Amino acid sequence: MAKPRIKIPKKVAAGDVITIKTLVSHKMESGQRKDKEGKVIPRKIINKFSCEFNGASVFSCDIDPAVAANPYFEFKAKVEEAGTFKFTWVDDDGNVIEAEKEVALS
Amino acid sequence: MNLSRRTFLTASAGATAAAFLGSSQAFATLEDLNKALSEFTGGAEPGEGPLTLTTPEIAENGNSVPVSVLVESPMTEDDHVQSVMILAEGNPLPDVATFHFSAMSGEAKASTRMRLAKTQNVVAVAKMSNGDFYKVSNNVKVTIGGCGG
Repeated sequence: MAKPRIKIPKKVAAGDVITIKTLVSHKMESGQRKDKEGKVIPRKIINKFSCEFNGASVFSCDIDPAVAANPYFEFKAKVEEAGTFKFTWVDDDGNVIEAEKEVALS
Repeated sequence: MNLSRRTFLTASAGATAAAFLGSSQAFATLEDLNKALSEFTGGAEPGEGPLTLTTPEIAENGNSVPVSVLVESPMTEDDHVQSVMILAEGNPLPDVATFHFSAMSGEAKASTRMRLAKTQNVVAVAKMSNGDFYKVSNNVKVTIGGCGG
């Protein structure tokens, strides 16, 4: 499985709203395209992305085939304490890509 | 009516072409869009509000069009933006993505990249924690469509 790329500050001041950017390599086959024989290529996309901080949900997204290949998300999070951000991507085939990032208070 | 061989051939070719286009270019209808919209709002009529949808005026490549939403809100437990749904009127399927925020988001702002099949309106609908809905729509001109058909 592809390794996701995540951009997040390592150190933040308590109460700061930070920007998190994530990208994961995925073809996001829409289920609309046809192969050379004219058969529809079956849909295979990442259908759910979520971000948790110390176990509490921060941001999540339900994804439809209209999201571009290599799905990219940029969102905000308010950090009050040091902890771990956990990122999860769920594929149509049931595979789950996970990543974690630590954030310390400065 | 005097139907000559030539007019008959042209007419039938036209009919075949129309049938073919009808089957392969299955774009979402306004009905599909409204259905997705009312499922999200539960039938409530969305009004105007502090919701901003940022899209390029002209997208050269429909395969990857940046889209960004921002809702002004204090983002507290009692008063925050629950979700924002993005819809594309002219795609084969109108749904693009639905963002879910929480009080821990700090700010209801999110961006992604989407596919657009052709020039069309992109719609964003925000659901607030107090049950209000806001809606905004932007037109995006697409030079090369992004559905690989």
